[in-house]
Amino acid sequence: MSTKASVREQPGSIQIRPAQASDLGDIIALDAEVTGLEKTDYWYELFHRYGASHTRQRVFLVAESGAVLEGFIIGEVRDWEFGSPPCGWVFGIAVRPDSRQHGLGTRLLEAICEGFRHAGVNKVRTLTAREDSLVLSFFRSQGMMAAPVIALEKDLAEPRT
Amino acid sequence: MKLQKSTRLALCSVLEIAGNPERALSASEIAQKYGVSMHHLSKVLRELGRAEIVESARGVGGGYRFIGNAKRLTLMDVIGLFEAIGGGGRDVPDGATEVERALATVLSEIDENARATFRSVTLDTMLKLIQFQLRMDNKSAAMEPSR
Repeated sequence: MSTKASVREQPGSIQIRPAQASDLGDIIALDAEVTGLEKTDYWYELFHRYGASHTRQRVFLVAESGAVLEGFIIGEVRDWEFGSPPCGWVFGIAVRPDSRQHGLGTRLLEAICEGFRHAGVNKVRTLTAREDSLVLSFFRSQGMMAAPVIALEKDLAEPRT
Repeated sequence: MKLQKSTRLALCSVLEIAGNPERALSASEIAQKYGVSMHHLSKVLRELGRAEIVESARGVGGGYRFIGNAKRLTLMDVIGLFEAIGGGGRDVPDGATEVERALATVLSEIDENARATFRSVTLDTMLKLIQFQLRMDNKSAAMEPSR
């Protein structure tokens, strides 16, 4: 049976739980499949900070169906960045391509939002690439709107202005 | 951000039609609600029909029905039928001054953000937003002291 079929036929079988060290291989593989880049060191470092030392401020969750890792979400509560009151930030989410359209992303986002509520915040934010219509549309579909912040950047190789 | 009148009318029409899946919506209902001429609305609906977003049925109970995929169709898909929003960046004419070039850079930035926003909002998301705002309106009305 394919993963897609198992998720569709048994939507209640999905478990959302904190990420464990044994999930890292699957998380790295899923991230590489979705982004096209394998970032092994990055994920081990991230797990060290967000997974193993799980706190109310930092949340790293996975969705699994049976023994198959179907998706993950990661975020944290950040305080007073540029004057902004404490709020939850989601900075990573992924669902296996053949398991999408079954509400897994919604469940992962709901779960991390619940974690943020427990940490005492009542707002959630994220930052996505402008060209990433898929992820942007997902967050929009969850009721998220443009935040009153503007992301800026500068190429450090260019001459100083 | 200001959209052309036809574009705004197309968006309103599509959302009205998609928001009433249980029945066909007549052009006169939409024209009356938005205070536009039937002539103008007909041209807009014809374009939406050509794009296979709505279809019309004649006779009793006839009108317009939504035939697109609300979870896939974005505001940009509808807008793009009627106007271009800064596609390909702002044209900077040959011989433009440094002021014009700098201004074009900033305007392109605004265009890119507008297009990304329109691309990311599906009709389904818009319909949910409409329902949410209606609930908020009703909640506010219920909390107002009765006179």
